[in-house]
Amino acid sequence: MFSPVQKFADFVVYNLLNIKEGSKLGSALNFFIFDTIKIFILLFIIVFVITFIRSFFSPEKTRDLLAKNKRKTFIAHILAAMLGIVTPFCSCSAVPLFIGFVEAGIPLGVTFSYLIAAPMVNEVALGLLYANFGLKIALIYIISGEIIAIISGIIIGKFGLEKYVEDYVFKIKVGNVEALEQKKTLKQRIKETWQFTVELIRKVRVYVVIGIGIGAWMHGYIPTGALATLAGKDNPFAVFIATLIGIPLYSNAAGIIPLVSELRRLGVSMGTSLAFMMSVTALSLPEMILLRRVLKPKLLAIFVSIVGCGIVLTGYLFNFIIG
Amino acid sequence: MVIKILGGGCANCKKLMENAKKAAEKLGIEASFEEVKDYEKILGYGVMRTPALVVNEKVVLSGRVAGIEEIKEFLKKENA
Repeated sequence: MFSPVQKFADFVVYNLLNIKEGSKLGSALNFFIFDTIKIFILLFIIVFVITFIRSFFSPEKTRDLLAKNKRKTFIAHILAAMLGIVTPFCSCSAVPLFIGFVEAGIPLGVTFSYLIAAPMVNEVALGLLYANFGLKIALIYIISGEIIAIISGIIIGKFGLEKYVEDYVFKIKVGNVEALEQKKTLKQRIKETWQFTVELIRKVRVYVVIGIGIGAWMHGYIPTGALATLAGKDNPFAVFIATLIGIPLYSNAAGIIPLVSELRRLGVSMGTSLAFMMSVTALSLPEMILLRRVLKPKLLAIFVSIVGCGIVLTGYLFNFIIG
Repeated sequence: MVIKILGGGCANCKKLMENAKKAAEKLGIEASFEEVKDYEKILGYGVMRTPALVVNEKVVLSGRVAGIEEIKEFLKKENA
């Protein structure tokens, strides 16, 4: 699918710019042009498709669906984790969503399964993973994110931690909003999806280009396998350290993933790379600051620890399976 | 006309406020603008996704930033 893009990159670098094939600069530049075009094409397609699917789900519907199934707890957790992927969710909505769910009588653990899955399985990350590593890795990313969300939610639910939710949360009465998202026509849906996709890509494009730029530089100038001993499969601490480094790095998934594919080439193992990426996207400092408004510090700490452990375990698991 | 933007004050909320102001200006509607950041009040409107746009106490949009043209339609409808 991308061979015309490769031909274009070859043409620009080796013919138009007349840089020698096989030189460091040439290979870095070629990589940059090829990757930028490829990633933006795939990103556009994938974000568009996911956004379109998402337009059929709303948090209000999600909440009602979960409230209906709250007695079948296990199913509710799975449902919550799955809905976490498809419902539109900006991290500023974390607090109102949390309150809305709790107020509807959805168990705390189920609410967390939803809240964890939402940022963990990120559409931009998914698109870029697919672009860089193919379907298998993209699926592994979704499945492991889901499993972490389900298990973390179940654990939080088991401990009966409601007392660590800020008291005012239970006192809030949620008003009734009339069906805002009335039946939309297909044309309207496509138009809105298009607008959202363009807007999102406009927002992340700088990070993507910076990420690809650093990746391209590494591609040309750092030899393959340079990090193999430091963060390869054989270093038992690599996953753990990568997760810790990822937490305070509030970067966009968009900037991290073009880098991740380069890290792979340098010898960082798949599990370690995935753990790093997940901790960057799922455990962000700004979101924790937001969640602090509804969660007492102890529950917030439990939340971070459980998700962190889940990510580390996933990392080890994948190092074990794929390497 | 009273226009309120509900949200925690992130970039999306600011953008929506900006668009709403421009839309009102283009239509020549006199409006007062208010940012509502208190979650209790936000949820009082039944809104779980921010940012949201409230026109004369009626929620007309939630969960995304609408463009100026789209907001103009909302304002026209409420002004009629």
